[in-house]
Amino acid sequence: MSEQQLRAAAASAVAQALALGATGAECTIASGSEFSVTVRLGEVEKLKEADSCGAGLRVLLGQRQGSSYTSDLSAEGIRQMVASAMEIARITEPDPFAGLPEADELGQLPQDLGLASELTLSTAEKIDLAKRAEQAALAVDPRLTNSDGASFDSHTGVRVFANSRGFLGSYRSTYCSLSAVPVAKSDDRMERDYWYSIGRDHTRLESPEQIGRRAAERVLRRLGARKIATRQATVVFEPRTARSLVGHVFAAVTGDAIYRKSSFLLDKIGQTVAAPGVTIVDDPTLPGLFGSSPFDDEGVPGRRNLIIQNGVLETYLLHTYTARKLGLKTTGNASRGLTGSPGTGHGNLYLAAGELPPEELLRTVGTGLYVTELIGQGVNTVNGDYSRGASGIWIEDGVLTYPVTEITVAGNLSEMLKNILFIGNDLEFLGSTAAPTLAIGGMTISGVQ
Amino acid sequence: MSLSSSFFGSKFGITERDLDRYLAEALGRGADYADLYFEYLATSSITLDESIVKSATQGVSLGVGVRVIAGERTGYAYSDDLSPEKILKAAATAACIADAPAKVETVGLTPARQHDLYPVLRAPIDQPLEERVQFVKRADAAARGADARVIQVQCIYADSLRHVLVATSDGKLSFDRQPMARLNVSVLARQGDGTPQQGYSGGGGRVGLDYFTGASAPEAFAREAVRQAIVQLDASEAPAGESVVVLGPGWPGVLLHEAVGHGLEADFNRKGTSVFSGRVGQKVASELCTVIDDGTIDSRRGSLNVDDEANPTRQNVLIENGILRGYLTDELSARLTGGRSTGSGRRENYQHIPMPRMTNTFMLAGASTPEEIIRSVSKGIYCANFGGGQVDITSGNFVFSASESYLIEDGKLTRPVRGATLIGNGPEAMQYISMVGNDLKLDQGVGICGKDGQSVPVGVGIPTVRIDKMTVGGTARA
Repeated sequence: MSEQQLRAAAASAVAQALALGATGAECTIASGSEFSVTVRLGEVEKLKEADSCGAGLRVLLGQRQGSSYTSDLSAEGIRQMVASAMEIARITEPDPFAGLPEADELGQLPQDLGLASELTLSTAEKIDLAKRAEQAALAVDPRLTNSDGASFDSHTGVRVFANSRGFLGSYRSTYCSLSAVPVAKSDDRMERDYWYSIGRDHTRLESPEQIGRRAAERVLRRLGARKIATRQATVVFEPRTARSLVGHVFAAVTGDAIYRKSSFLLDKIGQTVAAPGVTIVDDPTLPGLFGSSPFDDEGVPGRRNLIIQNGVLETYLLHTYTARKLGLKTTGNASRGLTGSPGTGHGNLYLAAGELPPEELLRTVGTGLYVTELIGQGVNTVNGDYSRGASGIWIEDGVLTYPVTEITVAGNLSEMLKNILFIGNDLEFLGSTAAPTLAIGGMTISGVQ
Repeated sequence: MSLSSSFFGSKFGITERDLDRYLAEALGRGADYADLYFEYLATSSITLDESIVKSATQGVSLGVGVRVIAGERTGYAYSDDLSPEKILKAAATAACIADAPAKVETVGLTPARQHDLYPVLRAPIDQPLEERVQFVKRADAAARGADARVIQVQCIYADSLRHVLVATSDGKLSFDRQPMARLNVSVLARQGDGTPQQGYSGGGGRVGLDYFTGASAPEAFAREAVRQAIVQLDASEAPAGESVVVLGPGWPGVLLHEAVGHGLEADFNRKGTSVFSGRVGQKVASELCTVIDDGTIDSRRGSLNVDDEANPTRQNVLIENGILRGYLTDELSARLTGGRSTGSGRRENYQHIPMPRMTNTFMLAGASTPEEIIRSVSKGIYCANFGGGQVDITSGNFVFSASESYLIEDGKLTRPVRGATLIGNGPEAMQYISMVGNDLKLDQGVGICGKDGQSVPVGVGIPTVRIDKMTVGGTARA
């Protein structure tokens, strides 16, 4: 279906809901094409290609609301989706805060955000890029004896949103990515790691040779890892692991967590919650980046929100419902899939870069743990408890020395934010969340006796 | 069941001639094998928050996936439209993975052997909404009534009904109707103006609405969630460092899922990227350990009458008395390694390529009583409940995060400690299991397993076990 047809389908769903007695309605439609190829040891292993679409609808009956979705965008499919939402709304109860954004809150950013490009590569060219990335990885060192493959993925999509307050918007987006996952063996231990690059089109990707080399270097430096003794230490998070910390702050500043009193940052607006120099921003207006969009999933234009400025908590991130619960205005952070009611999402969420190049940051830290991987879910944003599996490299005399594995790093997010000692200058966006290298003092590392 | 009386035959008029035509198109470029996966999925969910039924959703998705195998290569395409033109186009796209004259012909389709593990006459999703909405309201009332320190209650009831048809180029044809329901309750409790603490419980399976009575009544889940939150109010920092760890029965079986289960999936082992690769017949756990993956248990969340490649699920012995017996295989890994599928080929939905996956993974009971096991520990930690876990199958390192734990001092549980992540290395940690209880319990039925971007429902189970050494990731010096 064309973008015009998708817009018409969304508008029709909203109109049908009103005709059946809804007092408000909003419809989201997503349509896209995906391509994915994985090569392993020089041969194509998997190739996948398909188009898909789906629609979701939320209806309001006064202060009650229900929602429905379908993968069938035919006239009959849309009709059934509307009937289904009207039916299920009957069992919900009036919620004084339920509703759509006010008409004057709706709109979209005027500028071109550079979300879509032309994806012009042929299948053979995509396969070739993946082969080159894998080859480059395996060529780095004879200990790289195996591979979990290298992949090229691309996606083009259209997103449409319409509501009964007169909003109708749509935008196209594209992206592609190239990744490599080599495996190395030494003595009896095996390790794997990966590197990837992502862009709106293939011309903005790192070269396959560079991706392969970086992946290989990451695996090789894990070989021969030791466990270390339990201790308190400064922990340095490289950008790939540091960005997860920004994600935990996000979870704790969503309006949903705040009104449910489920956040370690509850009632902290205007207070110092992080070290001076820590600034965390959510900005969906940055051209070309992966968290950008002209409007949020309620039709409200995105805007730059300073969450933490110089250590002080400035704002929560809100959509219409949570804003009304808290007596505030939406910050344009509504996010939804096709099913259910809107939740809180973010645009380009990042911790602002500091001034230290990463090598200098390590020199300043002197002794500590450089964390290159975190696994597991051990993060509780209600009470701030933090405990995750980790592997990395021990820092001695200000340089990276031997690899470390099978340990945990633990602390409490409230203290960890205040104990951010140094911030690197190496901020890079490899997705919608980013952070530079961060050094956090006073963490507990659990290892052997 | 015949095709004409099946869901896809009767509702969408799909005939054996159609299936043959699609499979022939998929094989047309010289593939070894092809299959079709038709799926119709209806879901609904009801959310209660702040004692208000705030939202409810229902919907349907429909599609067909076409998979083609040529040697080690897999081609995949799908369509969310069941028109013959769209399915033939998907088949032609997937077929491109092969590049040779057609050599395999389709074999006449014969219904596959399959179980009847969830003969639910009326699926929950087909019952009146008014009945289902009562579950979240009852759970909310029970949670708020259980303790005055409860400040927030959120309840989600969700159910689904999936109809699946699989047809393969080697002649297998399967139909399955897969009901599912679950209820989750999460609560927040607070003492005075202290830090709020969370508690969580839930359960379900491939069951009818009558499941939610007695020990599985909404009130029972609500009380359990409140109990866990209240315990946390008095919890102190968890210890940091190596410790004796005792796991309670049931959900802590997530240990097996992470420490061995994923590492025994045949795709990793075929490629030699798992820490367990090439170790069949070797000792990979203490002799007290027998670990089973069983997709054939009645009504369980992880059970399937037939897997997503038309092979019947089985009871697969993974580790017997500490010796590695075999891997979980799907059609592709079975073809490439010359074995037979263990009925472990699963996929999230029609948009995904099947992979070897777990179903219900558990350890057989041993001889010790749970009391004996706790009494044997002079200093250690007892973990009664967990959140999720994760594993790096190549190094074998795995974690799982305890949500309810207690210190063991001089053979007794003393005080509760806060959440902490436990980390170990699969084959090593399993060697440290020195006592296995006689109290095997399966979990309540809320598990979700993620792999390579695909989520599938699974179950776990374990008796009380003693692990002599694991690293506990708390913040207090042990």
